[in-house]
Amino acid sequence: MQIGHLQKDFLLSVEGLTVSFDGFKAVNNLSFYVDEDEIRVIIGPNGAGKTTVLDLICGKTKASSGSIQFRGKELTKLKENQIVQAGIGRKFQTPSIYDDLTVFENLEISYPRGRSVFGALTFNRDKAVRERVEEVAEMVFLADRLAMTADLLSHGQKQWLEIGMLLIQDPDLLMLDEPVAGMSVSERVKTAELLNRIIKGRSVLVIEHDMKFVEDIAHKVTVLHQGQVLAEGSMNAVKTNPKVIEVYLGH
Amino acid sequence: MFGDYSLGDLAAIFAMQGFAGLILFSVFLLMALGLAIIFGQMGVINMAHGEFMILGAYVTWMTSNFFQAYLPALFSGYFFVAMILAFLASGALGMLVEWGLIRHLYKRPLDTLLATWGLSLILQQCYRSIFGAREVGVDLPQWMLGSFQVTDAIQIPINGVFVMCLTILITCAVAYVLYWSRWGRQVRAVVQNRVMAGAVGINTERVDRYTFALGCGVAGIAGSAFTMIGSTGPTSGQLYIVDTFLVVVFGGAASLVGTIASAFTISQAQSTLEFFLSGSMAKVLTLLAIVGILMLRPQGLFSLKVRK
Amino acid sequence: MFDNPRFANRSELLGIAVLALLLLAILPLTLDVFRLNLVAKYLTYSFVAIGLVLCWGCGGVLSLGQGVFFGLGGYCMAMFLKLEASSAANTKIQSTPGIPDFMDWNQITALPFLWQPFHSLTFTIVAILVVPAIFALIVGAAMFKRRVGGVYFAIITQAIAAILTILIVGQQGYTGGINGITDLRTLKGWDIRTDHAKFVLYFVEVACLFACIFAAQFIRRSKLGRILVAMRDKEDRVRFSGYSVANFKTFAFCAAAVFAAVGGALFTLEVGFMSPSFVGIVPSIEMVIYTAVGGRLSILGAVYGTLLVNAAKTSFSESFPQLWLLGLGALFIAVVLAFPNGLAGIWRDHVQPRLSGSGKPGKPWEAIADKTPAE
Repeated sequence: MQIGHLQKDFLLSVEGLTVSFDGFKAVNNLSFYVDEDEIRVIIGPNGAGKTTVLDLICGKTKASSGSIQFRGKELTKLKENQIVQAGIGRKFQTPSIYDDLTVFENLEISYPRGRSVFGALTFNRDKAVRERVEEVAEMVFLADRLAMTADLLSHGQKQWLEIGMLLIQDPDLLMLDEPVAGMSVSERVKTAELLNRIIKGRSVLVIEHDMKFVEDIAHKVTVLHQGQVLAEGSMNAVKTNPKVIEVYLGH
Repeated sequence: MFGDYSLGDLAAIFAMQGFAGLILFSVFLLMALGLAIIFGQMGVINMAHGEFMILGAYVTWMTSNFFQAYLPALFSGYFFVAMILAFLASGALGMLVEWGLIRHLYKRPLDTLLATWGLSLILQQCYRSIFGAREVGVDLPQWMLGSFQVTDAIQIPINGVFVMCLTILITCAVAYVLYWSRWGRQVRAVVQNRVMAGAVGINTERVDRYTFALGCGVAGIAGSAFTMIGSTGPTSGQLYIVDTFLVVVFGGAASLVGTIASAFTISQAQSTLEFFLSGSMAKVLTLLAIVGILMLRPQGLFSLKVRK
Repeated sequence: MFDNPRFANRSELLGIAVLALLLLAILPLTLDVFRLNLVAKYLTYSFVAIGLVLCWGCGGVLSLGQGVFFGLGGYCMAMFLKLEASSAANTKIQSTPGIPDFMDWNQITALPFLWQPFHSLTFTIVAILVVPAIFALIVGAAMFKRRVGGVYFAIITQAIAAILTILIVGQQGYTGGINGITDLRTLKGWDIRTDHAKFVLYFVEVACLFACIFAAQFIRRSKLGRILVAMRDKEDRVRFSGYSVANFKTFAFCAAAVFAAVGGALFTLEVGFMSPSFVGIVPSIEMVIYTAVGGRLSILGAVYGTLLVNAAKTSFSESFPQLWLLGLGALFIAVVLAFPNGLAGIWRDHVQPRLSGSGKPGKPWEAIADKTPAE
């Protein structure tokens, strides 16, 4: 019981997590812990199981064994929407937004109210909703695009819109899968600035390959290799770790 | 209810019933094989599948009439010619349909369903205009008409045995084509990643067209085999379509073993129930059981856990 | 600018007004009772079509078993009317008076348990609304919770339609078999077969239709409607925005089921019988084409689509019966390949820009053709 008590200190504790696809263990007996307000970056070579870890935490993939505790709640037993409601938000690798709806409606759907069927049926777009949507749109550089169909946005704008959709959810743990991939240089700079602004006051779990970006934001780095933790620590410690250099960073 | 029968009678009844179940199994499997290729491998919903079978049946009927009129000496062997013609006719029509309709809809599965339903209506009307609304039956050559006398009470009809042998043969051929031939590997490559398959030099359009045609051709052979055990009308195809889809879905769409197992399970369940209940209730219970199991296990009997 | 979406925008209000004018004034004034009754029959299908707009057009869930719900509603109503028509006085020549004639023919000597409550009109009306909803809830919840969607859902609903038809035909003594429940005469003593009754029933039906249109419009305009569209687009994103996708799909399916059942009940009243030929696979899939022709996203389009297809069916079947199937088949293909947005799309892309006279074409609808991924 002592252990259970200790776990409460972490926001997220992943212990002994394993998932196998037809015998192939994409994630193998993985354990790591994320603190409140910590920014954790996961790096690793392709196929290391990075995206699968996010999939497991947010419930997209079911674990074969192991546990994921978030504020003392066991996530492996919850459905995706319950995990979101527990306070976890996730951005996908490719922009995942609703093409047929306007930017405003995209943000509004993520607004954390009226999530049940009848709640949605009687949902009222009141002043609080409008102001919050406008505020977030301002943050993600889309204030003048609110009435536009999301389909017509550029790739970078779509990424921002998805980040905005997460912001409006106001999650305690934000999970971002390669947030700057596929962006132009100027969009990258703007996104880094945006992320730096929004990660304050919450824990963030990021997958990213852009080392400069990682160095800028990471409090702690976890290196995954073949579904297991290869190294963990500050960016500097990880960078000089010979094992990490061999499998990932290169000589 | 068994009181009136002697033990020997009962054994005979069960043997005959089991054989009837096996014939039903052959029929289901033949119907489902073509669809297992088209739906299971390509993911295309072809609601006109039944009409492709019926085309095969009509081709067989015409061949039989032709042989009777012009080549009566060779009549005993017409069936083999008819099956080849049925395969070619249904396959050719399949190729045409893929070119004109299906290839525009690969990304819209539900629309494919509606469009092929429309196609099935058109084909039905064509059959009615060409062959008449009445059901037609073919004359079987003499050697297919008898039955093997196993014991006094047990008779096994030769045409049933023929259908079963044919089913085994075609199943083996389809399994070979799908799993061991270069062609089958190309089909699976295209299904799994069309862009990549194209990039490594597979002509994806050609693979699509021939795969669809192959599935339709197998449906044609199935229709040809049907003429041996029943008659054919313009709307016969529609009666089979739901059963056929259920067989494929129940087995786990992408698995040939699953299709075989599910055809076996469904046919045995239905023929056993038919012995105890009226035909319609047996059918209702079988379908209900399938739907119920699919609700609990939507991936079907056989499927792999894969990362999406 | 971003106030609550209004109940309907101007062109939608105009559309509703035009439809009201057509159904409440033009048709009743120009058609004789026989033709008006035909229109009434067609309109009962448009209830199904409106349900499909919500479920399939908005939510991307294609049900090929709407005939089941149409039939459930229709049979509930027919059971009530049949019991009224089978009073002991009307059936005294039977060996068991007081039960429906087909039961008597099938050597059934007492009214089956399931039929008993249908002596009450109140119970019948409740049953018309509740039975299909519960059935849809069970089917929908079971399937959507396990992520069965797209074509699998379509095939399973089709199988359910097949099962129900076989069951109704097979259980002749309880259901009237293949002929259905026929010879319905009065509703609470009021003869529904007279011209006057048909005229009155037509207006009752149109009133119900508008209630249904308003309900559907309300759902579509609410946040729930936008979530349905979002779900069709990116199911996973909706899930990871904290919504239970299964619940929303189930709701849309249940709503469509209730609409269909109301249509079915009105059908029984208008036409005077109910039979399994409105339940099975063929009618169910035909009902989908009404929605597709009207434009799968347009509630009013569904009504016009239903009227148009059925009018074409009637006139074709009268003059060239053999051509109708060809025409219907071609319609399925054409609407999928060439006009995925149906009449509503044609109106919006080609007619409206010209009417507004601004010269610039309206923003074309990108094909919203179903985006459900193959599973």
